[in-house]
Amino acid sequence: MHELSIAINIVEIAEEEAQRRGGLHVTAVHLRLGLLAGVVKDALLSSYGVACEDTPLRGSRLVVEEVPGIVYCPTCAAGRPVRSSEWFCCSECGSIASEIVQGKELEVVSLEVEE
Amino acid sequence: MSPGTRIIEVRQNVLKQNDLVARALRQRFQDAGVFVVSMVSSPGSGKTTLLEKTLTLLQPEFRVAAIVGDLATENDAARLARSHARVKQITTGTLCHLEAVMVQSALEGWRLNELDFLFIENVGNLVCPSSYDLGERMRLVLMSVTEGEDKPLKYPTIFNSADVAVITKMDLAAAAEFDGAAAHRNILAVRPGMAILELSAKSGLGMKAYLDFLRSRRPASA
Repeated sequence: MHELSIAINIVEIAEEEAQRRGGLHVTAVHLRLGLLAGVVKDALLSSYGVACEDTPLRGSRLVVEEVPGIVYCPTCAAGRPVRSSEWFCCSECGSIASEIVQGKELEVVSLEVEE
Repeated sequence: MSPGTRIIEVRQNVLKQNDLVARALRQRFQDAGVFVVSMVSSPGSGKTTLLEKTLTLLQPEFRVAAIVGDLATENDAARLARSHARVKQITTGTLCHLEAVMVQSALEGWRLNELDFLFIENVGNLVCPSSYDLGERMRLVLMSVTEGEDKPLKYPTIFNSADVAVITKMDLAAAAEFDGAAAHRNILAVRPGMAILELSAKSGLGMKAYLDFLRSRRPASA
């Protein structure tokens, strides 16, 4: 359950950015979350509300865009989606493929702010 | 999006702050010539036992110290104190992993250039620590023979983030009907080419090879 720490980081990033731009009121935070980032979306969403308490972001929404996991398959010599975050195998030929091409994303992309 | 709102671009990695601290730590460790090894595993895999033996056995030859993370209690630090090495406990409260900034504060007042090896024992957890770089040079992931050979497949992210897999409690392998070949296959499935060591800190089995491995990985200049 490190989702609360992650949620606190997200709130801090948003708060800093809003302050840097002259104290904007943030209504939503948009996040890109990779399937292989080791963060559970539902746990993150529920932690977010807690992390926002007593901050200017209280009442804001966290909007999560999920990014699929892609690994490099040495057999196919191509990037292939993973079947699940627990199985680092090519979805086409089943070969073991542990080199992660995409899916570790954990990034605050943008903020929705009120004019 | 309701009228009156607009979008502003941020594009910032959520773990950027941790990564920055970890990078600075790694530089400090390198400048001081201390080789930093972290240990992760599920609770009960034998991190503290292995660490106690490691500190004791390396000490005649090297200056060693350890930082240990735990949710509560200072029991681990008390156990490790028996090795007479310098040990600092980080009590994380409800936090299930160590972060770089905790390592940074634990090191306050330490002269790193007086050390050859520094070990960091993470909180027993196979999920959360994988996301946090602690500035270590080498990450060991431990699994004991009683945990089941499929552990790497269940927790691929942590095995993927580690450099070396250490199979512990080998003295119990027969009793646990441990299938070593399957364990190796599963480790290599999630991390091809990963170094695998088998040992028992209790019986001493494989400890020499493990200590030689640590010695060989520590750069001569460090």
